[in-house]
Amino acid sequence: MLPLRLDSILEGRRSQPHQLIEVLQDVQEQEGYISEEAMRAISNELGVPPMEVYRVASFYKAFSMQPRGKNVITMCMGTACHVRGAKLLLSQATGLLGVNSGETTDDGLFSIEQVNCLGTCALGPVVTENGACHHHMNPSKLRKLIKSIRRAGMEETSDE
Amino acid sequence: MSRDFTIKIKTVSELEAFRKRILNDLKKARVVLTLCGGTGCQASRSEAVSTAVKDELIKQGMDENVHVRVTGCHGFCEQGPLCVIEPGNTLYCNVLPDDAREIVTKTVRDGEVVERLLYTDPVSGKTIQTESEIPFYRAQDRQLLAQNRQVDPCSIEDYIAIGGYSALAKTLFEMAPKAVIREIEASCLRGRGGGGFPTGLKWAKCREAPSDEKYVICNADEGDPGAYMDRCVLEGNPHLVLEGMMIGAWAIGAREGIIYVRNEYPLAVKHTRIAVQQARDLGLLGEDILGSSWSFDVEISRGGGAFVCGESTALMASLEGKVGEPRPKDVHTVVDGLWHKPTTLNNVETWANVPSIILNGSARFASKGSNGSKGTKIFALTGHIKSTGLVEVAMGTPISKVLFDIGGGPANGIPIKAVQTGGPSGGCLPADKFYLPLDFDALAEAGSMMGSGGMVVMDEGTCMVDVAKYFLTFLQDESCGKCVPCRLGIDRMLEIITDITEGRGKSQQISLLEELGHTISQTALCGLGKTAANPVLSTLRYFRDEYEAHISKEECPAGVCEALITYEIDPEKCTYCGVCKLACPYEAIMGAKEEVHTIDLQLCQKCGICRSECKFEAVQIN
Repeated sequence: MLPLRLDSILEGRRSQPHQLIEVLQDVQEQEGYISEEAMRAISNELGVPPMEVYRVASFYKAFSMQPRGKNVITMCMGTACHVRGAKLLLSQATGLLGVNSGETTDDGLFSIEQVNCLGTCALGPVVTENGACHHHMNPSKLRKLIKSIRRAGMEETSDE
Repeated sequence: MSRDFTIKIKTVSELEAFRKRILNDLKKARVVLTLCGGTGCQASRSEAVSTAVKDELIKQGMDENVHVRVTGCHGFCEQGPLCVIEPGNTLYCNVLPDDAREIVTKTVRDGEVVERLLYTDPVSGKTIQTESEIPFYRAQDRQLLAQNRQVDPCSIEDYIAIGGYSALAKTLFEMAPKAVIREIEASCLRGRGGGGFPTGLKWAKCREAPSDEKYVICNADEGDPGAYMDRCVLEGNPHLVLEGMMIGAWAIGAREGIIYVRNEYPLAVKHTRIAVQQARDLGLLGEDILGSSWSFDVEISRGGGAFVCGESTALMASLEGKVGEPRPKDVHTVVDGLWHKPTTLNNVETWANVPSIILNGSARFASKGSNGSKGTKIFALTGHIKSTGLVEVAMGTPISKVLFDIGGGPANGIPIKAVQTGGPSGGCLPADKFYLPLDFDALAEAGSMMGSGGMVVMDEGTCMVDVAKYFLTFLQDESCGKCVPCRLGIDRMLEIITDITEGRGKSQQISLLEELGHTISQTALCGLGKTAANPVLSTLRYFRDEYEAHISKEECPAGVCEALITYEIDPEKCTYCGVCKLACPYEAIMGAKEEVHTIDLQLCQKCGICRSECKFEAVQIN
C-alpha cells in the first residue's frame, strides 16, 4: 500500500513519467531523502521502471538516498567561495564533527554536505544550516555555529 | 502572496486603464522606502529589517502615506541589507533591524539623513548619500538591473506601473511575427548563457521548422559557480522574463513555455511561481491574450542540481523526466527539441533583454556595446575585490574598468593576479590582459570565455595550479559520464594535476596536459565537455611558471598546495593566546599557557585554519 504521505505529491501526476523529477523533488523536500520504499511507490504510480527511478534519483545532486542528520550543514564550494577559503571551512567542519562530507554523525545531529554554488557569491564563503544562509564565514564563526546547534540539541534531549 | 484579481485584462486599452489606476494609487505615497530582499540581503537578515520598518511606521502612524517596497537584488550585495528612500534617493547600507526607528523618525518623518548609515567610500573615506554618486554604481550602465529597484517581484502591478507588458501589446497588435524576429536580428542580441549564439537567428530557424507544436524554454539552471545574475533577474523581476518569453513564443509560434529553474534558488522558484499565477489571474497568460486570439501558458520546472543540465539538450532530457545527458546536436533543438518538437531555448538574461528591444527599437539596443557584442551584460564580480556584487556594463567595457573603477581594486591590499571569467568553461586571464574588452570574441581569443558572466577575482595569494585543480574536480564531479573524452579525459587531467600539486609532477606532464586538453575540446559530445579543458589550458598559457615551480622546485609559490608546504609558528610573534590550539581540529598544536606554541608536523593536516585564526601572523608557511 502506498504510504499516505505520498498521495498529495502524486496527485495529478499519476501515470505521467515526465513528472518523475518534480515528484522526487517534492519527496526529497518532505521526507528529507528518497527511500527505497518511496522509489518503488513512485515507480508504480508514474509508470517508470524502478531502475529508471533509481538512475534519475542517483544522477541528480538534489536527491539524497540516505536519511540526513537533523542539521544539514552545507558548504558552498563555488569558485568565489573557494578563493575566499571554503576549503578551510570544510576542514573545520569535518575535523570537528569527525565525519566526511556526505556523511551524518552517529548521534544523527549533523550532516555535512557540499554544493557547487548557491548564488550568493558576493558574500562568500557561505555556509547554510538547514537552508539558512551564513555569509562571510570563517572557521571560528563555523565552530560557534556548530557548538550552538549542539548545545540546543543537548538541551532538547535533556528536556525529553 | 498571489491575489485573486477580480478583473481580467482583455484588451490593450484595459491594460492601459489598469496601468493608469496603479500609477494614481502609487502617487498617494509621500515617501517610498525600498528595501532589498534579494537572496544576498536576505542572508544579511533583510526580512527582519523590513518587519521592523513596517512595525515602526505603524507605531508612528505613518503607514498610510509611506509605501514600503521589498524588491529583488540591487546588486551591491556586499553592503546589504540595502535601503533606498525617496524623495532624496538616499541609500543606507548594512541596515540592521535596530536602525528602523531612526530611519523612520529622522529620514521618513523629518527628511534628514542618518549619516552613519550612508556608504563610506573606501578610497576617500567620505560618506556618499545616493547610489548614483557611488563609484560602484556610477560606472555602470544598468539597463536591466535598475528595474529591480522599481518593482516588488511579487507584484504584477509594480511591473505594469513601469510600463510592463506594453512590449507584448505592441508585438501582438502592431508587429507580424516575422517583424519581431527581424527586430531581434537587427539588435544583434546574442545568447547571454555562454554560447553567444545570435538570438534572432535561433528564433527564425525555429519559426521555419515545420510543426504545429513548438516550445519556448527559459534556462534558469545557472550552474556556473561564481555566477548569479540569472537568479537575480528572475528573482527580482520575473515578469520581465515572462514578457520576453511571451514575445518570443508569439514570434516562433509556440503556445507553451517552460521555465527551468535551479532548485538551489528557492526565492527565484517562489517569485516565478507567483508571477506566473498573477499573470494568469489577470488574463495575461492563458487563452485569447489581450483579445488577440493567441493563447500561451508557462510551466515551472525545478532543476535537479546537475551542472550539465545547463546544456540545452540535457536540459530538455531533464524536462522529459530523464537523466540530464546531452545528445549530439546534428539536428539542432530549434528543429528537434523538447518532445522532438521545435524548441527555442534562451537563458534568463537573454529573455529579459527582449521587451525593451521591441519597445524601444533594435537601434537603441545596438547603440551600446562593441562590434560583435551588442547591448549590456551583467557580470557577477566576486572574489578578492573590494566591492563585490552584480555589475551591468555595456559590452566591450575593458576588464580593468570593472575591476578598478567599479570594483574598487583588490580587497586586502594584495595585488590582483588574475580574473577568472566564464566559470568552468572559461579561463583565467592575467593582469596584463586586463585591457581586453568584455565581449564574446575578445575573451574567446584570449583563451577564456564570456560564459554567463562570472568574474572571480584572484589575488597573489591564489595558486593557479590549485585553481585549475579546483575546476577539474568540479568538472569530474559534474560530468554526466556519457562520452568518453569528457568522462575519462577529465579524470586523467585531474590525476596529472594532482601529481603536480603533490610534488610528483614531471616536466613532460605539461605537454601531456595540453595534448589531453586539446583532444577533449575536439572530441567531447557537448559544449560543456568541449570547453572543460579551458581552465587548465588558460592557466598553462598564462601561468606556466607556476606549474614549472611545482614540478622542478617542488614549490607552491602562492603557498597553497598542501603537500608542498609546512606550517610553523614563529616564536617571536606567538603571544601564547591559545586561539590556534583551540581552532585546530586535529589537535596538532602543542604548548601550555604562557608557553610558545608549536605544531606537531605528524598530526598536522595542513588545513591552514591556525593561520587564518592567528591575529598576530605568527603562523607561517614554509
